[in-house]
Amino acid sequence: MKPTDITDPEYFHKVVDCQYACPAHTPVPEYIRLIAAGRYNDAYMINWQSNVFPGVLGRTCDRPCEPACRRGRVEDEPVAICRLKRVAADNKTDISDRLPEIPKKKNGKKIALIGAGPASLTVARDLMPLGYDIDLYDDQSKGGGFMRSQIPSFRLPESVLNEEVDYILDMGVVTHFNQEVTSMKDMLAQSYDAVFVGTGAPRGRDLSNLPGRSDGDANIHIGIDWLASVAFEHIEKIGKKVLVLGGGNTAMDCCRTAIRLGGEDVRVVVRSPQTDMKASPWEIEDAIHEDIPMYENHNPKAFVTENGKLAGMLFELVEPVFDDQGQRSLVPTGEEVMMPCDDVLMAIGQLNSFPWIERDIGIDFNDWDMPDVDKTTFQTSLPNVFIGGDAAWGPENVITAVAHGHQAAISIHQFCHAEDTKIRPAPEFNLVSQKMGFHDWLYDAHISDEDRHIVAMVDKQKAISDRKMEVEKGFDLSQGYEEAMRCLNCDVQTVFETDRCIECDACEDICPVDCINFIENNDEDILRDNLKVKARNDDQDLYVSDELKTKRVMVKDENVCLHCGLCAERCPTGAWDMQKFLLHEATAGK
Amino acid sequence: MTFVRPNFRHPENHSNEIGYSIKNYEGALSTLCAGCGHDSISAAIIKACFDLNLEPHKIAKISGIGCSSKTPTYFLGKAHGFNSVHGRMPSVTTGANMANRDLLYLGVSGDGDTASIGMGQFAHVVRRNLNMVYIVMNNGCYGLTKGQDSATADKGSASKKGVPSLFDSIDLCQLALQLGAGMVARSFSGDKQQLIPMVKAAIKHPGFAFIDVVSPCVTFNNTPQSTKGYEWVRDHLDATGTIDFIPSQSEITIDYPVGSSRKVTLHDGSELYLQKNNEDYDLTSRKAAMNRIETVKEQQKILTGLIYHNETELDTHGKIATVEKPLNALSKQELCPGSGVLDRLNSQLR
Repeated sequence: MKPTDITDPEYFHKVVDCQYACPAHTPVPEYIRLIAAGRYNDAYMINWQSNVFPGVLGRTCDRPCEPACRRGRVEDEPVAICRLKRVAADNKTDISDRLPEIPKKKNGKKIALIGAGPASLTVARDLMPLGYDIDLYDDQSKGGGFMRSQIPSFRLPESVLNEEVDYILDMGVVTHFNQEVTSMKDMLAQSYDAVFVGTGAPRGRDLSNLPGRSDGDANIHIGIDWLASVAFEHIEKIGKKVLVLGGGNTAMDCCRTAIRLGGEDVRVVVRSPQTDMKASPWEIEDAIHEDIPMYENHNPKAFVTENGKLAGMLFELVEPVFDDQGQRSLVPTGEEVMMPCDDVLMAIGQLNSFPWIERDIGIDFNDWDMPDVDKTTFQTSLPNVFIGGDAAWGPENVITAVAHGHQAAISIHQFCHAEDTKIRPAPEFNLVSQKMGFHDWLYDAHISDEDRHIVAMVDKQKAISDRKMEVEKGFDLSQGYEEAMRCLNCDVQTVFETDRCIECDACEDICPVDCINFIENNDEDILRDNLKVKARNDDQDLYVSDELKTKRVMVKDENVCLHCGLCAERCPTGAWDMQKFLLHEATAGK
Repeated sequence: MTFVRPNFRHPENHSNEIGYSIKNYEGALSTLCAGCGHDSISAAIIKACFDLNLEPHKIAKISGIGCSSKTPTYFLGKAHGFNSVHGRMPSVTTGANMANRDLLYLGVSGDGDTASIGMGQFAHVVRRNLNMVYIVMNNGCYGLTKGQDSATADKGSASKKGVPSLFDSIDLCQLALQLGAGMVARSFSGDKQQLIPMVKAAIKHPGFAFIDVVSPCVTFNNTPQSTKGYEWVRDHLDATGTIDFIPSQSEITIDYPVGSSRKVTLHDGSELYLQKNNEDYDLTSRKAAMNRIETVKEQQKILTGLIYHNETELDTHGKIATVEKPLNALSKQELCPGSGVLDRLNSQLR
């Protein structure tokens, strides 16, 4: 193998698994260390810079960082990154003096944002400090988009959402709430310099062809619409017997909301086996914790009505059958089940929908009648129109919408300054030695043996009786500290300098997880097989040095490195050093 | 501050055949200088014992005084240990071995502990062919007292101080050969591929097995003018052949070209494979071994590898015909059979 090019930030970025997995590339270990140090405001601001909604995400994020966490490969459970973020948000003090200053003198460019969800708000957050005038349109009465309408208050208190939405709106964004945009043509006619569409995936799937659908209509609801009505307090009750169709996170929110609005026999019914449910495991756990039963392998056949009113649903039972290619199909067993109910909530998927974008104004639509959006620039074929968040390619999550927002803001800024949007600005990064003394590092290199901490919840009965009561209590300060100490500091990189190495093997001997090898160079496949412990995780890179005096090379398997710094401590010549790698994704204007 | 080694180990580094993980063979975190060759030897001992499926509590580590003699703290933390008086490791080991012949005796010593203050003890333990592994961590200097030249420092070799050694050095392998050791080997701390199988072979060897391991002192004796520094040693190695250790009843997966290797079968059925090189000689001949050491030395090189191997001699227990059972396991009745037996014995001598 060729020597690893550590001057390319991509290499060390990949070693920081959590940050790399985060769509917005939040510098996770950096803020976790600040939490351990009790510097909650600093930790919060690092988050705010990258993901804009730390308080919201600390409660509701899909947490792509956690399955990626190195700790999960070293032992059973990853660091509770998401809930640590909440520790920062919960314990910060007033941070208003740290928010960017908004220039009094504007730059003369005017942008329209359609939809007030996380994508649009991120664009506003990035562009307001650069002097843009921004108009924000939404058909709801408040900002936040799906974060407000779809995430129930018992998971995300309104005050937390309001605070973080207001940080952005208070920058001087001109809001046009309760105003549905019905024509892109009209919008473009208002001579905005650029228009950003962040309208989400607003159309919930229906079962319109199922018998009885129209007769039972009064008690059959689209999940996301129903959740929105609950959030805006248009709906306060539901029948005693409720069926929730679907196995995603919306279904989990629906069923848990239903038991708080008077549902006594609430059931989640899914077509597939329970193990294939799309909801995040922890959301399923939370629903089960509230004693909501899941019925698997039930395929909806019909809505049953009596006297023009919904009385129940008929399901056929199916079983999963796998063909030679491992493709699953759900085959009816012939058995049918009738479930009586008062209401049905359908949470079986969401679609984007753009009836308000005229097809003749220069925005190309693809075969699925979705606008063509460039994957990097978020630009459409109409160069001044940008699309991001769920609106771009269908439902994802808040953190992905934020990441889209950042990138779209970069593109809009480039576009407004007649720059090529294809040329993306490079991330900002540095690499700083952590050495202070013989056994002294600027970071806490000790590896904690603690198990992952469980977040305490309020009493179940109490929680269910109040729709707005937040179920999770969050970590207290000492739990937060201990959980933060579980972080392996993967951003503190092991940096190897070939010329200094005398090949004494001290690092190889001390490494507790046998990462380090001094062997003959070879092709990557062979090298992976020849290591002391074979490097079987191909997603993790090998760090290969230049050729040493003995013609061997140093090969380090990054997979389960604990970043404990022992290699550097035991190195007599300083060939190893622990250096902190801090990468900030580029943002507009920087 | 990490004075503690993390408790996590590689999740795919599985346990050995008797169910122990490598962690069960480790000791405390080393306090020797960073880069000390001795730590590499400790690591080789750990690996060898792990691979051989030895039970740590059936091993006794015995050492004298010096940097080398501190190392038993850093390996096999679950084994027995005795950090004895300077140069007296051989007699303490002899005593322990006499009392309990069932343990594996790992004697660890240094060039000072063996070639200076302990020379007399060393000579006699070799001569008696005590069943033990005797490892000398040889760095050519007194590291613990700031790096003065030791008796194994080669004439002309200069340590950090820069003054060449005035005296001829003692070659411990030659001495061991002369005194009748059954297995004599030399290795280098920076060559684990050779060292690990060599430690395994020494453990399996019945009787006295001697390994002189050149182990650079990074702090005081790793200069370009030193014949015990990493660079010089690497540039001047001359191995008797590559070693592979094959435990008994395991499948042999190494494929040597015909005629290029020699097989040495140990008493328990384990096998040592030695890849021959051009200067192949009879490993069971003391004379040939002596010759080879001298020839290589004339070429300003260091002979490493298995130098001599002969299992024919009886060990101390065999020679003095002790009972099979360890003395510490004998009952009072067996140890003290009473005045009648004593009378009978006395009458035989009259």
